[in-house]
Amino acid sequence: MAKITELKNKDLLGMKELSREEIELICETAETLKEILERPIKTVPYLRGKTACFLFFEPSTRTLNSFSLAAKRLSCDIVSVSASSSSALKGETLLDTAKNIEAMKTNFVVVRHSVPGSAHLLARQLSSSVINAGDGTHEHPTQALLDILTIKEHFGDLERLKILIVGDIEHSRVARSNIWAMTKLGAEVSLCGPPTLIPYSIAQIGVKVYYDLKEAVKDKDIIYILRLQKERQEKGLFPSIREYINLYCITPEVLKYAKPDARIMHPGPVNRGIELTPEIADSSKSLILGQVLNGVAIRMAIFYLLK
Amino acid sequence: MEGKRIIEEEEFQELLESLTTKIIKANRDVNRVILIGIKRRGAPLAKRVALQMRDRGKDVLVGSIDINLYRDDLTTIDKKPMVYGTDIPFDINDEVVILIDDVLYTGRTLRAALTEFADLGRPKKIEYACLIDRGHRELPVCANFIGKILETKQKEIVEVRVKELDGEDYVMIVPHKHGKNN
Repeated sequence: MAKITELKNKDLLGMKELSREEIELICETAETLKEILERPIKTVPYLRGKTACFLFFEPSTRTLNSFSLAAKRLSCDIVSVSASSSSALKGETLLDTAKNIEAMKTNFVVVRHSVPGSAHLLARQLSSSVINAGDGTHEHPTQALLDILTIKEHFGDLERLKILIVGDIEHSRVARSNIWAMTKLGAEVSLCGPPTLIPYSIAQIGVKVYYDLKEAVKDKDIIYILRLQKERQEKGLFPSIREYINLYCITPEVLKYAKPDARIMHPGPVNRGIELTPEIADSSKSLILGQVLNGVAIRMAIFYLLK
Repeated sequence: MEGKRIIEEEEFQELLESLTTKIIKANRDVNRVILIGIKRRGAPLAKRVALQMRDRGKDVLVGSIDINLYRDDLTTIDKKPMVYGTDIPFDINDEVVILIDDVLYTGRTLRAALTEFADLGRPKKIEYACLIDRGHRELPVCANFIGKILETKQKEIVEVRVKELDGEDYVMIVPHKHGKNN
């Protein structure tokens, strides 16, 4: 098969829509662009005169900073709108806000919103390239891409790699995007968490589900720990945080059941002592900080590749 | 692609050797030079010139540069170029740098390479060598070292093929299709 050099769509909405070849192209491009981050002058003129608008209607530190750093490294101008300071408070709809921003001649719209499908809605209405930076519990494609890049750097490729995703799958857009991405690249993905936080029909898409953590970590190459999203918990999905810690916190004790060379990943922000213990987050098994650096490279690749 | 092959392997080698000789001669008083090939086909050529220079006792470092992020025609070309990456794993400050490319045509690639170099450091001197100078400059630049000057029509395309990427060394002229060379 001829190697592709371009993405099919004008937007990046989710991992579901990307082909395996497109995922490989994005990772290769990111790997190449990473060199720029090591230069004395860490900026190239590629997107000079272009503008990216960031519409963030949910809190974010890592993703917002990572996107804006990526844009700046390519000389792209940025404007930023956050929910608390925008006309959204005055009742303007998302679409109206975006259309007004686009009237200012933007090329990229990066959107984070609590409603699943909001990026898709904008993509259909705007001529700018829309990048989904997280839509509710649906998808967070750039997180999955940076995770894939991190795994590729460490393991070479994902074919037949055994990956366990632990935690609140139900509310996790990171899990959804990663399940799509990892299975497309040939990894064997399994899930572990409280039964109430694992979607009922998820086994149908070809992932194995465990409820017992010690059994789940066995033979896994990667243990991908999700953040317990306290802000998305409706009452009563699990009895208490303390019980969650007892059953699902990754501790040195739990890791005794895993492969000695298993690696730990986490999308951040880390709730230390809830989903994993501090000594594991800071250990040599952890790929967490590598994930953060790769986030900038992946987002540069996305700006580079989108039309 | 029906092109006319105008330089075959033997002459190709002679042109590279003559480039090496010219570069050594002009840099007799310099302890060490840095050769930077412009991707894609300048990169293997730089490596070969570096080997020849080392064989003749000259101290050389070799790297490569990808100018695609510095092109001035990105808004007008319809296909996005692949990025291959810049690979210069050493300090270029206060060094003598020689850029090496296969074909000098409009001069826009050279302009982009010089702009990129301004972001990478401040060499003591930058020179430029090309295997083929085919004329039709659109910018006020010229080469320090030239393998061969070819008389061409503007609409023609000069294609250099190298063993490392294409399996064979030769140069051919192709009638114009769409888009420009490089």
